[in-house]
Amino acid sequence: MINAVINATLTELSGALAAKQISSVELTKSYLERIRRLNGPLNAFISVDEDYSLARARLVDAARRKGEAGPLAGIPLAYKDIFCTRELRTTCGSRMLAEYKSPYDAHVVEQFERAGAVALGKCNMDEFAMGSSNESSYFGPARNPWDRRRVPGGSSGGSAAAVAARMAPAATGTDTGGSIRQPAAMTGVCGLKPTYGAVSRYGIVAFASSLDQAGPMAKSAADLALMMNVMAGFDPRDSTSVERPKEDYSGSLNLELSGLRIGLPKEYFGEGIEPGVLQAVEEAVRWFASQGAKTVPIELPNARLGVPVYYVIAPAEASSNLSRFDGVRYGHRAKEYADLADMYARTRAEGFGTEVKQRILVGTYVLSHGYYDAYYLQAQKVRRLIAADFAAAFERCDLILGPTAPSTAFEIGANTGDPVKMYLNDIFTIPAPLAGLPALSVPCGFDAAGLPVGLQLTGKHFCEAALLGAAHRYQQATDWHLRVPKEAPL
Amino acid sequence: MSLSDDQIRRLARLARISLRPEESAALAERLNRVLALVEEMRAVDTTGIEPMSHALDPHFPGGQRLRPDEVTESDRRRDYQSVAPALEEGLYLVPKVLE
Repeated sequence: MINAVINATLTELSGALAAKQISSVELTKSYLERIRRLNGPLNAFISVDEDYSLARARLVDAARRKGEAGPLAGIPLAYKDIFCTRELRTTCGSRMLAEYKSPYDAHVVEQFERAGAVALGKCNMDEFAMGSSNESSYFGPARNPWDRRRVPGGSSGGSAAAVAARMAPAATGTDTGGSIRQPAAMTGVCGLKPTYGAVSRYGIVAFASSLDQAGPMAKSAADLALMMNVMAGFDPRDSTSVERPKEDYSGSLNLELSGLRIGLPKEYFGEGIEPGVLQAVEEAVRWFASQGAKTVPIELPNARLGVPVYYVIAPAEASSNLSRFDGVRYGHRAKEYADLADMYARTRAEGFGTEVKQRILVGTYVLSHGYYDAYYLQAQKVRRLIAADFAAAFERCDLILGPTAPSTAFEIGANTGDPVKMYLNDIFTIPAPLAGLPALSVPCGFDAAGLPVGLQLTGKHFCEAALLGAAHRYQQATDWHLRVPKEAPL
Repeated sequence: MSLSDDQIRRLARLARISLRPEESAALAERLNRVLALVEEMRAVDTTGIEPMSHALDPHFPGGQRLRPDEVTESDRRRDYQSVAPALEEGLYLVPKVLE
């Protein structure tokens, strides 16, 4: 029974809870037990408060007995530690916020609480979401449940590892340049980065505001849809939140594949991709074709400029956003200092890690007098060229398919010496957020070393439902998403 | 374009981050790798292209939504100040700036 519960999807768990086959307290206990057993080696969670989670589960169980049950009533969930929560500290993977207890909940957290979800804890992440491997976390790297010597990807690496190791049935993530999709790919789970403006960012620590977006991570596309039903929607407290009617993502999962036009960018099937990745993705393409989908060769000629453009825009916006951490209103403050300027400088020197300092300095440089036009403005112009490539491609296809990342999970320490080598991991995930487009990653096979490969689908603005539908149909015919990592057996 | 140690220290001053000498050398190397990566983008001809500052600007040519200029927040000063490193009588304490 416990094994079945631990490996169940949200849909199955909701059914079991509604049929009173299991209580939320029992379910929460089995996940907490698993976290206790696996978090030592995997380091997927930064904060867990068992008493709080169980109290919450008892409350939801009691409400159900009175006939009150939200859409996710009793379902345990984990939050990336970038979502502000009143009950648990919100560290953002940084020493700067190591003890920070938010006075309010993020909009997404409020929505999940209202739906009856039970928080299991806060997941490890790259510091301030800056990284592709979880190695920049102040709390140490999270590890990949498929091979503990390897990274789980990043920045939502803890969320991905937690879902892959079945320490949580689902988790939240945020994605600025691939931080949901790349770790999902590297750990064999599913992750969706919604359209910019689809999910409120109120209460999410800001990194790069023209790109940041929150999304779900879970075992199946159907589970992502259930979470999107709760997460997405207009929130006046986020000025980038888009006012549009609430959508039922679960209602449109049975997408008709016959006649669906799938764009295959030649740039996403070229050099620099590991053969194991290419093979798995090409196999998925053949499956879609066998279902009557039409493959359309397309070109995204400016997509290769995504990485350089991103590494101007994201650091520029980060350097501005992170100026709020000055040791005055919240967060770390240095113990010793000579004067106010010294207090700022020492506080920030102590509070931020190397990757964050480096990005703040890059951002300061590209925004500084005399360089603004050559870097930031130029990056914004090339960004428009990249967005225009997608717009042109979407005149000929309904969605775009390719690998999520050029390689499977790499070993801890393999890329830490060279930031550029690390950044190139995000070559296929960066273009979608630059254009504000929704994109998801689902497992599509394994390489020769037994490491999971991710398939990326990118859609038009606000066409999450089509992406989820295509992925759901694929998952009805395959079982890659149901495989359990060998280093976290049931 | 390669940044010198001096330039790194100047940027760190602007960004209000104090750097140890050995740290600035290591950061200089990493920063220069990033700037070399970024070079490729600088060479692109963008004559006549409007900068894209918002991910959905094709959908919202008028810019982002503005809300009516009305008070929407309640007074939560006590809550928000509860996380401050140093406070006195509802004021944030910082080192003396004026003699």
